[in-house]
Amino acid sequence: MLETCGVTSPDELFAHLPEEVRLNRTLNLPPGISEYEIVEYFRSRASQCALGYASFLGAGVYNHFRPVLVDTVVSRGEFLTSYTPYQAEIAQGTLTAIFEFQTMICQLTGMDVANASMYDGSTAVPEAAMMAVRATGKARVLIAKSVHPEYREVLSTYAKHQAMPVAEFGYVAESGNLDLEDLESKMDALTGAVIIQTPNFFGIVEQVKAAAEIAHRHGALLIVVFTEAVSLGLLEPPADADIVAGELQSFAISPSYGGPYAGIIATKEKYIRQMPGRLVGQTTDSRGNRAFCLTLSTREQHIRREKATSNICTNQALIALMATVFMTVYGKQGLRELAEQNLAKAHYLAGKLKPRFSGKFFNEFVVRAEGKSPEEINKTLLKKKIIGGLPLGRFYPELADSMLLCATETTKRADMDALVEVQA
Amino acid sequence: MIKKVTTHLSQNEALLFERSSPGKKAYQLPELDVPAVDAAVALGAENVRQEIEGFPEISEVEAIRHFTRLSTWNYAIDYGMYPLGSCTMKYNPRINEVVARTEGLAWAHPYQPESLSQGCMQVMESLEAALAEICGMDAVTLQPAAGAHGELTGILLIRALLEKRGNPRQKILIPDSAHGTNPASAAIAGYAVESIKSSETGGVDLSALEQLVTGDVAALMVTNPNTLGVFENNIVRVAEILHKKGAMLYMDGANMNALVGIARPGDFGVDVMHLNLHKTFSTPHGGGGPGAGPVAVKKVLEPFLPTPRLKRAGKKLAFDYKRKHSIGRVKAYYGNFGVLVRALAYIQAHGGPGLRNATMDAVLNAVYIRKALEPYYDLPYQSPNMHEVVFSDSRQAKLGVRTGDIAKRLIDYGFHPYTVSFPMIVHGALMIEPTETEGKLEIDSFIDAMISIAHEIETDPRMVKNAPYNTRTSRVDEVTAARKPVLRWKPA
Amino acid sequence: MYPDNFRYTKEHEWVLADGDAGTIGITDHAQQELGDIVYVDLPKVGTRIEAGKSLGSVESVKAVSDIYAPVNGEITEINESLADAPEKLNTDPHGAAWLVKIRLSNPEEIQHLMSAADYLSYVGAEK
Repeated sequence: MLETCGVTSPDELFAHLPEEVRLNRTLNLPPGISEYEIVEYFRSRASQCALGYASFLGAGVYNHFRPVLVDTVVSRGEFLTSYTPYQAEIAQGTLTAIFEFQTMICQLTGMDVANASMYDGSTAVPEAAMMAVRATGKARVLIAKSVHPEYREVLSTYAKHQAMPVAEFGYVAESGNLDLEDLESKMDALTGAVIIQTPNFFGIVEQVKAAAEIAHRHGALLIVVFTEAVSLGLLEPPADADIVAGELQSFAISPSYGGPYAGIIATKEKYIRQMPGRLVGQTTDSRGNRAFCLTLSTREQHIRREKATSNICTNQALIALMATVFMTVYGKQGLRELAEQNLAKAHYLAGKLKPRFSGKFFNEFVVRAEGKSPEEINKTLLKKKIIGGLPLGRFYPELADSMLLCATETTKRADMDALVEVQA
Repeated sequence: MIKKVTTHLSQNEALLFERSSPGKKAYQLPELDVPAVDAAVALGAENVRQEIEGFPEISEVEAIRHFTRLSTWNYAIDYGMYPLGSCTMKYNPRINEVVARTEGLAWAHPYQPESLSQGCMQVMESLEAALAEICGMDAVTLQPAAGAHGELTGILLIRALLEKRGNPRQKILIPDSAHGTNPASAAIAGYAVESIKSSETGGVDLSALEQLVTGDVAALMVTNPNTLGVFENNIVRVAEILHKKGAMLYMDGANMNALVGIARPGDFGVDVMHLNLHKTFSTPHGGGGPGAGPVAVKKVLEPFLPTPRLKRAGKKLAFDYKRKHSIGRVKAYYGNFGVLVRALAYIQAHGGPGLRNATMDAVLNAVYIRKALEPYYDLPYQSPNMHEVVFSDSRQAKLGVRTGDIAKRLIDYGFHPYTVSFPMIVHGALMIEPTETEGKLEIDSFIDAMISIAHEIETDPRMVKNAPYNTRTSRVDEVTAARKPVLRWKPA
Repeated sequence: MYPDNFRYTKEHEWVLADGDAGTIGITDHAQQELGDIVYVDLPKVGTRIEAGKSLGSVESVKAVSDIYAPVNGEITEINESLADAPEKLNTDPHGAAWLVKIRLSNPEEIQHLMSAADYLSYVGAEK
């Protein structure tokens, strides 16, 4: 090879680089190690993390069982080691799976179209907001305080330099539901988007219809966010929304210390061209057989450059495939049953404690710590190998005496009873 | 003569919804250990849905067969060379997959106590340090989820710094050879984009740059090596021109596979850059993601990095949320941690010298392909190339065969096509990046295929124009897909 | 090929004027260069258009091209049929696939545009 290249050593291939740019030493990194040592290294890191603890953390990231088929499928090299399916003739596997994914997201959310995934729920929110602003020509965005606090932070980072003013509206202190009066009073002719989450950050099921009515009356679009996808097995789909922006982590995506997850954006047919992200469409091949391909790509950055609907390129295809396999395994009946188990567990736990809010909740709820601070309670729980709920003071100073607890199908009754003993 | 592949049977498979039948199931749930709850009571009857209309119902065997059959309709690195220019489709080591599934890491909740997350944080700390060393930069954020997300983060950092200095400025300069995400990211960060023409050698034209860099230019975004695979030999001068006017140099690190261990952007004047861990650092592309797009910066930009920042206090690691100059969050939690684990495993497996060897092999492979194919395909830019090489279809176009047709014919030979029609500055581009993980055998058979296609075009151009022939799906009608979009299945 | 009663622009639009009433479309050359057209984005009735500025866009599978207003004026009608049948732009760009009707601000402006003969030699030279 060197001979063909006209050189005697590979170093000569870099001879054209100016001396001033070259690194004339080896990188200051340890020498390479073997597979065995790498496994050891990461096992040892893992041993410094929470292993063997029961956990009541939710708050956007949920502990659900991952059906074993999920890893079997996503470990196939054909899915794992393929690129974005631009060459449709040799990517029908990925394309077909994405088409099925888009379909199932529509079925779950009550929307007409869904894209092939976003990075995660938190980045889907600003993308949805920008989409609503494009569609309405109105730049102001109103977001509920009960939307995941970190999602709101991401929205404000994105919005800052796009002349997209963001304002917040509150929740009712007694119920934890949207404060619709506050929303109504903050609406104006410049507002293009209203953003709510259901179940909200406190786990409470929101009044989507009422929020939609207010948004639409003022000429704004309603964006409905979800972080707990399993709730859609039981809850009425947010069909009154114009855009749904969600996080699929609950669908067989391991918590993995915060990522990678998969977000989605779904919407009504009339907003397709405002939508960010890749889309797969059905068509035929030259022999007339059904085939799929990436479509409507003129919205995207590789064609429209600075005028694109978004800068997103890489998405979360493999993670979306995990969610697809998950939805297939559970199916119509299973997803409902799974949601019912979550509901039962959370309500069992809540029955032994006093939820702070009166609103209807799915698998999360807020409790006020009696006598002790949430942090103190958690300290006691840790000794019993239990990770308690999320203390809310960090995000909501007015709730500094409260924590957010979550129970899923994986939460054991004995652990709930142990928690109650400390909490009560 | 096609040596690498032959035809074989593949299974037909209907969509999930079409093979669904009521009552079939692939799931098992444990018996409830608490009393069941009436959903209509707990949630309010008006909030409870009817069945999920159209959702599949199939058995476990049907589910595994469904996805296995689908998988066989894909090409993948595991089948063979994937020479997509600028995508760096290298082998994805399986050790990465194993360690990413280590239980204490894969099941770590982002809100679990920091005292019970030290292992995860150490992984992040080690990766930040390794990437900073590789790039010659002072600080790294691991939060961005992908390359374009990193670009946006980087441009926001520049804006924050310039704003603090009194004027965020209005424009970002971007060469016409750049990836489309560059202008799209700059636009989201609130900047106007000005395109600059490439010089005759495919680089940044210094005299043009000198004129364009005025007081309202915030930064230049360059890809180095550029999308022609050519190293920007004037990069130090480029940085000087920008810095003299108070502007910054952003580098798109998509092509770092040509530089790791050989040259460091921080040493040649770059102020901020992103890396694509799913390119240079071997994390799998997964049919389109996930990736990770860490951003590396010089000290002056460190105060603006996204919240939270990892910091060490003695033996303990902690997240610092109180950073008054930070641009804020670009993503919930701390980044695509699972991807970060894989990238660190890759760096550990190679070590410093191994990473440098990988770069040399990547460049050697690309130069070898250039020499072998130069007699058959037009090479519009003669500058020495690094990890990729760009030909044009100008010779074949005379016979009516375009780069897209050659790409489709390559499929019949058992290869994934190269990158077609990009960069746009080359009319009819064939952009080839072999990466270091291809051996001589695979590369020689790719070269044979390309030469054979060049001959076919001379004798039977029509045949090439209608390729591929050996795939289960022939050329797809993208026009009808776009004119009459069908984006979800519906019952007939 | 190119009707004599039309006027043409360098960006490959045509305009047909009758007093202050005008019709705008893209030329046969433009549709050939674009290839299969899949979508047309047109402004709302009542929009003011400015000569040389974009009034909408035409898309093929892998490209987007701006449509530039040949003259100043106001949109009075858009060709709704293109929403469902953008392919008409490939088959009948000078007829059924007109894009918008306008009221010209200044009917004299069309005199600055190319005649059919000039346009024909212009596209000849461009090739």
